[in-house]
Amino acid sequence: MKRSYFAGPYAVWMILFTIAPMIFVVFYAFHTTDGGITFDNIIRCFDATTMKVFLRSVKLALMCTMLCLLLGYPAAYILASKDFSKYKMLFVLFILPMWMNFLLRTYATMSLLENRGIINTVLEKLGFERVNMIGTEGAVLFGMVYNFLPFMILPIHTSLKKMDTRVIEAAQDLGANPFRVFARVTLPLSVPGVISGITMVFMPAVTTFAISRLLGNGNFMLLGDMIEKQFMESHDWSFGSALSLFMMILIMLSIGLLNRIEPNKGEGGGKW
Amino acid sequence: MVKRLYKYLRGTYLGFLLVLLYSPIAVMIVLSFNESKTRSKWGGFSFKWYKELIFESPDIIEALKLTLAVAILATVISVILGTLGAIGIHAAKKGYAAALINLSYLPMTMPDIVTGVSLMLMFVFVNGFISLPRGFWTMLIAHITFDTPYVLFSVMPKLKQMNPNTYEAALDLGCKPLRALTKVIIPEIRPGIVTGGLLAFTMSLDDFVISFFTSEQNNLSMLVYAAAKRGVKPNIYALSTIMFIVILILLIIINKRSDLENIS
Repeated sequence: MKRSYFAGPYAVWMILFTIAPMIFVVFYAFHTTDGGITFDNIIRCFDATTMKVFLRSVKLALMCTMLCLLLGYPAAYILASKDFSKYKMLFVLFILPMWMNFLLRTYATMSLLENRGIINTVLEKLGFERVNMIGTEGAVLFGMVYNFLPFMILPIHTSLKKMDTRVIEAAQDLGANPFRVFARVTLPLSVPGVISGITMVFMPAVTTFAISRLLGNGNFMLLGDMIEKQFMESHDWSFGSALSLFMMILIMLSIGLLNRIEPNKGEGGGKW
Repeated sequence: MVKRLYKYLRGTYLGFLLVLLYSPIAVMIVLSFNESKTRSKWGGFSFKWYKELIFESPDIIEALKLTLAVAILATVISVILGTLGAIGIHAAKKGYAAALINLSYLPMTMPDIVTGVSLMLMFVFVNGFISLPRGFWTMLIAHITFDTPYVLFSVMPKLKQMNPNTYEAALDLGCKPLRALTKVIIPEIRPGIVTGGLLAFTMSLDDFVISFFTSEQNNLSMLVYAAAKRGVKPNIYALSTIMFIVILILLIIINKRSDLENIS
């Protein structure tokens, strides 16, 4: 018996439960409920309502990615620096939340932001007016940043740690000031980490549905919410499948685009 | 002096981010011990919500049983499938191996919601022929599907580090392939298998999106989602606290075994 036969059951399982289900999505997307072939579901992906949802999803996901990058890069940079890299536990603390159930984290954020939540209670005690936070776009954005920040820190940290420190020393020896060293050496060398960080934040942010539902009170439907609604509420599986295909293509395009910027496979891979 | 100030500033920044990351969780843990039901008042320390959770919430206990049963079975099966898969891929010809590895990346790159929806469509279709209601079994199949690639990618590096001749030697000395597998290969790659299994278990315990679409019975995450849609209740804080601590312990074990950084 050849050793490669050991992979047989695995191959069968993966084909049966990843490839075959995708065929169902494609089938549903191009069929009406009574079985006729149609392109209506695909066309509906481009009507005004869907486009509005799509643009809002992309906008929020981009804003979330930007914020995570702005907050996360300095954190990764500090954690990788000589003064702080000796505290191993500190780094673990930063990436631990990544492994924690995102619903629990979102639930926890809810109790902070709610109208009678912690922040408002504190504000009231201090004599300020209550602020309406939950159900706003800001709350959804906060929830996303809070959930996905560790996914930005991890790959950037990895690429900074892997960097050859002699290059930086060389730049310093040749008379570059700290800012120039950062802008001309450190930053360009950390681009692969930044790219995979962007992927790891943008992808889940653009496909999420629970965060927007819980923190946006359903006021801010995202692409994920729209898909969920087709399957769980309106039972329009054909349109839901078309939207799923649309989302897959969006994801593949963004991965392709990011790979063009940095052809080497980014490190940190992870879910994305 | 300037240098000390600089270090202090950087430390403060990290501290600020840690507060941002951990304050919601900390608040939740504290409130799970709050005697009073409202969040704005501290009614004294109590285990009231934990007691209610254990003795008066049959739906939560049901969900816990389902979550654990699925997680344990999915881990065992995906460890077997993934380990055999990795051994097979490692020995296979280049083209076949590359095809299988790409196939393994597919569920890892696909958005969870699409994986969930696609499996749901298939399960509903199959249910038309043989009775397969969306519940325990469908959730188990879905979990095995997303767990197995993680096992595979934990085991593969260990196989690459292994001396390829030992297996051949065992065969030359008259060992049957299956015996050579259990006596030579498995002991060498055991650390990878255990890490992969722990990862699979954690992923399975943690999953919401894929379970949501593939099962009509609630697991713990689905229960939290359903409860959150209705508003916050302190017994869910208690549940969350327990789940947080369990995951934390699992992660500390995984982290002790290998750098989280390498597998993530």
